[in-house]
Formats: sequence, structure tokens, C-alpha cells
Amino acid sequence: MKILIPVKRVIDYNVKIRVKSDQSGVELDNVKMAMNPFDEIAVEEAVRLKEQGKATELVAVTIGPAGAVEQLRTALALGVDRAIHVPADAMIEPLNVAKILAKIVEKENPDLVLLGKQAIDDDANQTGQMLAALLDWPQATFASKIEMNGGDFSVTREIDGGLETLSLTLPAIITTDLRLNTPRYAALPNIMKARQKPIESITPDSLGIALQNRLTVIKVTEPGKRKSGIKVADVAELVRRLKEEAKALS
Amino acid sequence: MSILILAEHDSAALKAATLSTIAAAKKLDLPIDLLVLGEGIDAVATQAKNIEGLRKIILGDNAVFKDILAETFSQAVLALAGEYSFILVPATTFGKNILPRVAAKLDIQQISDVIDIESPQRFVRPVYAGNAIQTIETAQEKNILTIRPTSFNAVALGAAQDTPVEKKEFSLTPPRVRFVGIEASKADRPDLSSARIVVSGGRGVGSKENFKIIEELADRLGAAIGASRAAVDAGYVPNDYQVGQTGKIIAPDLYIAIGISGAIQHLAGMVGSKVIVAINKDPDAPIFQVADYGLVGDLFTILPELHNELQK
Repeated sequence: MKILIPVKRVIDYNVKIRVKSDQSGVELDNVKMAMNPFDEIAVEEAVRLKEQGKATELVAVTIGPAGAVEQLRTALALGVDRAIHVPADAMIEPLNVAKILAKIVEKENPDLVLLGKQAIDDDANQTGQMLAALLDWPQATFASKIEMNGGDFSVTREIDGGLETLSLTLPAIITTDLRLNTPRYAALPNIMKARQKPIESITPDSLGIALQNRLTVIKVTEPGKRKSGIKVADVAELVRRLKEEAKALS
Repeated sequence: MSILILAEHDSAALKAATLSTIAAAKKLDLPIDLLVLGEGIDAVATQAKNIEGLRKIILGDNAVFKDILAETFSQAVLALAGEYSFILVPATTFGKNILPRVAAKLDIQQISDVIDIESPQRFVRPVYAGNAIQTIETAQEKNILTIRPTSFNAVALGAAQDTPVEKKEFSLTPPRVRFVGIEASKADRPDLSSARIVVSGGRGVGSKENFKIIEELADRLGAAIGASRAAVDAGYVPNDYQVGQTGKIIAPDLYIAIGISGAIQHLAGMVGSKVIVAINKDPDAPIFQVADYGLVGDLFTILPELHNELQK
């Protein structure tokens, strides 16, 4: 089984983002970048499937600026075999990402595409589902458990109010949720070895995809500040204020 | 020009998220049709008649819709999509799972998690887990939106209207996916994503055993339980309790943060709550900057007092 793992370069989740003063977007210069945490979980799951002898080849792909090659190196250090970089601007819409990935799938013929349920920058939560639609493949989104039985996958999904289990026939798309696994750290020798692993560059043009965005960002602003609260003296005051002032308790 | 809303329901009644989505649709000032898919869903249609301002209710009552599968539900929406200028669903795991499939098939860039509608071309949505707010404009002829339910007040259910109900048969390609089963969360506590009150514990709680006092307070208040990433990483509680950028993003009426310092990652998940209470022994903890009511002190002294005070 061959697995394709799309990953995205995003601002590290520990960094407090800054909205640019001209409201054109979020400051990306000189900010620590990292692999989208949900994609990291996808890489980990793919590596585990290979370690268990269930996957034979792991290919990571990223669509993004030159710096995104760093995230491919991370994936390679974690155990992915080779990688593909599709150069593009940072702000590419999910539909275009899905179209590029569909072309990569045509070239690579994976049995499974494993990716994060959403990227923590634009929070769209669309790419996996869109790719599934473009390929007419079944999907299991928000996976918290993946089991392989023969050629089928049994996937447990995190849905509002519980867990749902689906059975999928390959080829298929699975998007990962937080509970699926805890990603490992790359060991130093593996980081060194990853430098030797191949990264292929494929332009969107050569795939026949034009990258026009459909939506225009008018502005990006900071969220409304919460009006500053008060410190209460004791529990009695807290409960009284919650009941009488905030009406948050009855 | 009209709107199609795919309803989320539990076969007996519409989910509150659907009622909020209808409220959002009303801001577009166009006729609204509600699509209800399922098996044995007459009760949902009857309830939907109590909503004012729907042009019609489209009922796809068929065994193929008994289980919610993105593959089948998206095909049904696509079969109807042609005549509509907007397609809306709630931005719940239900809507998020299905709608991008519809958008991709129609070659439309979906707009996710809409929190405000400024005009039929201009929408507001959070990015970076709500740490930035994006206003976007669309020139697409047809638009596909998921609506964040907590941002729109649900439409009221009133007297029965004479909204026509149209039964519809769909011819579907069988999907290569099968529903196996569902395991509902323990019913004794509300679901973290939609609970009215959430009590969360952080590293300050100190241990897995100590987390009991958080559970006791939650049960006293009929609240769901949350946790910071630090508490999850320390093994006090399972992953699915995590509130934050990589966990659940919630907006309850009341959020009580106990022993949580207020890391950026955590604030991103709860800063939309209506009322925030913080209990922490460090008076300089960042959580106090977003708290409406802060109480500085030892949580192991404060929580028993709080328990007693609530019992009065």
C-alpha cells in the first residue's frame, strides 16, 4: 500500500500571531513556521502503518513557498520515503490545493491519502473532502482511530456528541483528528539521513492548474477585545456576580 | 435567486445548529428551502413547519439516508444545487464533512465558518482559531457557506405555518463506504462542543486524581469538562477534553478556567465564551486578561467553597 501525505507549512501553534497594521493579513516574516499539527499526526500514522508492514511507500507533498521544503524535510526525517514540492504562494485556496493534489494522485497512484482535517492558519477544513469529491473516492474525516482489515479500513471518527465508525474500501481519503496519535520527534541521525532523501519539484503549470483565487480578502483584523474584567474578593462575591450581574447561573 | 439549507437533525427534531443556520440565511433576504434527508423523518418536517419564512421543505425520506454519509448526502445536495444561488449548512462535524464535497463538484470555493454576513457578497470568518478575523468578498455566482452556529441566534419555533412539503426521490451512486456504528458520548455530561457551561482544568490541578474536583464542580453545574493542552500532555485527562487551537474551539455561555495559566493555544479555543471565570493562584496569569471574573487563590481551597456556595 502506497500512502500520499499532503502537509502544509503554517505558523507554529505556539506563536502568538500578529495581524498586520494595514489589515492585509497576518505577519509571516520572521515568524517561526512549522508543519500543521494535524498533518504531523497524518505523517506519524503513515509511518506507523509502514512500521507495521502495512504500507510500502510513503510520499509527502506540500504546496507552498520555497520555505515549505523545510516541512518536507521534517516529514522525511520522521520516516517518509520521498517528497514532492509544488511551488505556490502562501495563500492558495483549498479548492486549488485539492485540484493540484488530484493531479499528484493521478501521477503517483497512492492507495490512501492521509492528511490533517484542517490547517491551523485558515481553518477551512475543506481540502480532504474536496480531494475525495474530485477523485470520487470515499472519505473518513476527523479520524481518531484507523484499523486495517485486509484491503479495507475501519476508521473511527470524532463527530459532535460521539464517535462514529466507518468501513472504507481503498483507494480512500482519511483526514486526521487530534486523538489519532501523538507524533514522535525526529531523531538526529534521521534528520541527517533525510537530507539525502529525494525532493521532486513539480510546478502547478506543468499539472495544468491555474492558481487564481476565487475569493478576495478585503481585510484581516484583530478580534474584538474582551472588555477587561474584574477580580473578585471571594467565592461568595463570584457566585453573586455570576447570578445577578452576568446571569450566567440560575 | 434562492437559498438551500441542508438540515442537521436527529430524526425527531432539527438540531439547534440548523435553526442558527436558518437565522444566518435570513440575512441574505432570499427565499429559503430546507432540505431534510433521513429515514422516517416526518416529525422533523412537522417541526420545520413551525419556522417562519421558509418557502418549502424538501423531504428526502429514504433508507439510503438512514446513516449520514458525506458520499450520499452530497449527491442529494448536488442533485438540487442547480437552481440555488446559496447552499448553507451548519459548521458542525455534520456540515464540515459533507459540504466541501458539494463545493468541489460544483467548482466553487467554499466559505467556511461564517460568523457574520455583511452582504450577499461579503462574509466574515475567523482564521487562526479566532485570533484574526477575515472579511472576504466573493464574485462567484453560486456560494457555498458553512455557518458557525454560536454566531447567530437560532430562529424561534412558533405557530405552524402552511409551508409546502415536497417529497423528493434521489438516484444515487452507491458509495464505497459503509456505516458501521456510533458510540454516543456518555450521556451523563453534556457534549463539550455544545455545552452551555464548561468547567476546564489545567496543569494547576496537579494530577489525574485531583481532576475529580473539576468533575464534581462540572456535575454540580450540569457542565461539560474541558482541559488545557498542558493538562492533556501531563496525562490528567484524555485528548478529547482539550480546549484550544488544536483541540476544540468552543463558545459556551459560561467558561470556568481552573488552574489554567492561559497559553495562547488555550485562549484561542475559548475566548469566544460569553462569560469567562478564571481561578488561579498566580495573579499575573494571562488567563485573567480575558476573564470577566477572576479569583486569585488556591483552587483546592476555592473549589470546596464554591461547591458549598452553589448548594445554598
